[in-house]
Amino acid sequence: MIVAEQKSLEEIKKLVGTAKKVLVVGCGTCVTVCFAGGSREAAIVAAELRMASKLDGNNKSVADVTVQRQCEWEYLDTIAEQVKDVDVVLSLGCGIGVQAIAEHFPNTWVVPGLNTRFMGLPTEQGIWAERCAACGDCVLGLTGGVCPIARCSKSLLNGPCGGSIDGHCEVNAEIPCGWQLIYDRLSSMGKLEALMDIQPPKNWRAARDGGPRKIVREDLRLGKEE
Amino acid sequence: MTSNNGYLSGSNLERVLKNGHFAVTAELGPPQNADREVIRKKAALLKGYCDAVNLTDNQTAIVRMSSIGAGTLLVQEGLEPVIQMTCRDRNRLAMQSDLLGAYALGMRNLLCLSGDHQTFGNHPEAKNVYDIDSVHMVQMVAGMRDRRIFQNGEAFKGQEPRFFVGAAESPFAHPVDFRPYRLAKKVKAGADFIQTQLVYDIEAFKIFMEKVRALGIHKQTYLMAGVGPLKSPAMAKYMIENVPGILIPNSLINRMNQAGAPWAGKSKDELTKEDKKARSAAWGAQGIQICVELIQQLRQIEGVAGVHIMAIEWEDAVKAIVEGAGLYPRPEVSRE
Repeated sequence: MIVAEQKSLEEIKKLVGTAKKVLVVGCGTCVTVCFAGGSREAAIVAAELRMASKLDGNNKSVADVTVQRQCEWEYLDTIAEQVKDVDVVLSLGCGIGVQAIAEHFPNTWVVPGLNTRFMGLPTEQGIWAERCAACGDCVLGLTGGVCPIARCSKSLLNGPCGGSIDGHCEVNAEIPCGWQLIYDRLSSMGKLEALMDIQPPKNWRAARDGGPRKIVREDLRLGKEE
Repeated sequence: MTSNNGYLSGSNLERVLKNGHFAVTAELGPPQNADREVIRKKAALLKGYCDAVNLTDNQTAIVRMSSIGAGTLLVQEGLEPVIQMTCRDRNRLAMQSDLLGAYALGMRNLLCLSGDHQTFGNHPEAKNVYDIDSVHMVQMVAGMRDRRIFQNGEAFKGQEPRFFVGAAESPFAHPVDFRPYRLAKKVKAGADFIQTQLVYDIEAFKIFMEKVRALGIHKQTYLMAGVGPLKSPAMAKYMIENVPGILIPNSLINRMNQAGAPWAGKSKDELTKEDKKARSAAWGAQGIQICVELIQQLRQIEGVAGVHIMAIEWEDAVKAIVEGAGLYPRPEVSRE
């Protein structure tokens, strides 16, 4: 899932600025699951903004609504009327949600209430960790299902570097060494020989380095009208 | 194409190693400013006491004079540099163009490193590069030299950069069992020489070398063991706790403590300036003595082709170490 966390109320207040009518838009997918921008959080942020605006003496009207997925037009259509009516939309979606709102409602000012952090999973209650860097050319088949791009701080393809110690990364003791994880996994599966080959340099064009990415699936596209 | 009478690069370091001499390299840390005099002064301390001088590349991710810039000054001073280059700060384009320039400026040795992560240093907010890794860098530079191709496979005309290509290995970093194999990968990639992380634990290093020999790596590359004088018991403690892959046996820590024994048990305020100076000198002398003994022991291990002395911000210790280890004067190997 996409993992995000809320911006501070201070920053959100600055982003909302002097707008009188505010619509907080939550998202019912990833950010709901990571407790950053679902309906519950949207209601809380809306209440916080109302209280803050009362204290600051610039009474704002703040409503909240949550759509199933901010990143798809059809779900955004369901809030078109509410959006039209406000000075600013505070999106509690990920960065994709914020941009979807901006694209779908060209006359609406939208600001982000979250910082989109990474693609990952909850490892235990209240803890999420990064797992995928969307490099566009998956190497997990070479490394036993542990990603060297996302989980090694240096994205080494022929690791580990000399900074691996007691299972953690040189960056800090909170980061497991991705290459120790790869080594342990391949070792336990009896497949260490996979590490003997030199993996060639990565083609970063498939990642963000090639510019903004797009997928076109001709087999799924609707036929152009004659 | 080979040139220089069968040498890959014709560098002094390569010639010394190829002719079977026990090689000595030393490390020089460029300053955090643009003062060429710093390089000259440090070069003067090292001249004649080593076969080549490693110039660190923004060591510990702190901005310093570039290794190629400092290397140019070193060439002017009549010393031979080993340019260190990390994968942290440059992508493959920048690496190759800098290396073309470095060769044109007279540099002949290169040490390819991953590099300390930038979060350690003084610009922790920097974007990290890590476009390619150190194994790829070795392959790339060997390819430029031996096949006259850029990393992308494209052939180029004219003078190719002919570097003596080095890589690093940390024998005691984790996972320890994999280290000899990772070293083998670097050698397979084309590493002509290896410089290791600091070795203090000879017994542990012997075990590492046994595995290296079992893989036959010592016959495919020149392996130089890293050594460095301890400055104080506190430095030893710091390294054990903070530098991955550093093992220091208690016996050596005890010797460092004993060197400071005359001043032990006194609080900071009780020690005069002279006391502290005398204690530092006693520690330093013991550190140098330990380093000399380590070199003598390393020299006995089959497959160790030389030592790389890392006397960090203590370049004047190198003379005493090299002389003490009986490695002075350095051999003069002709280019013929």
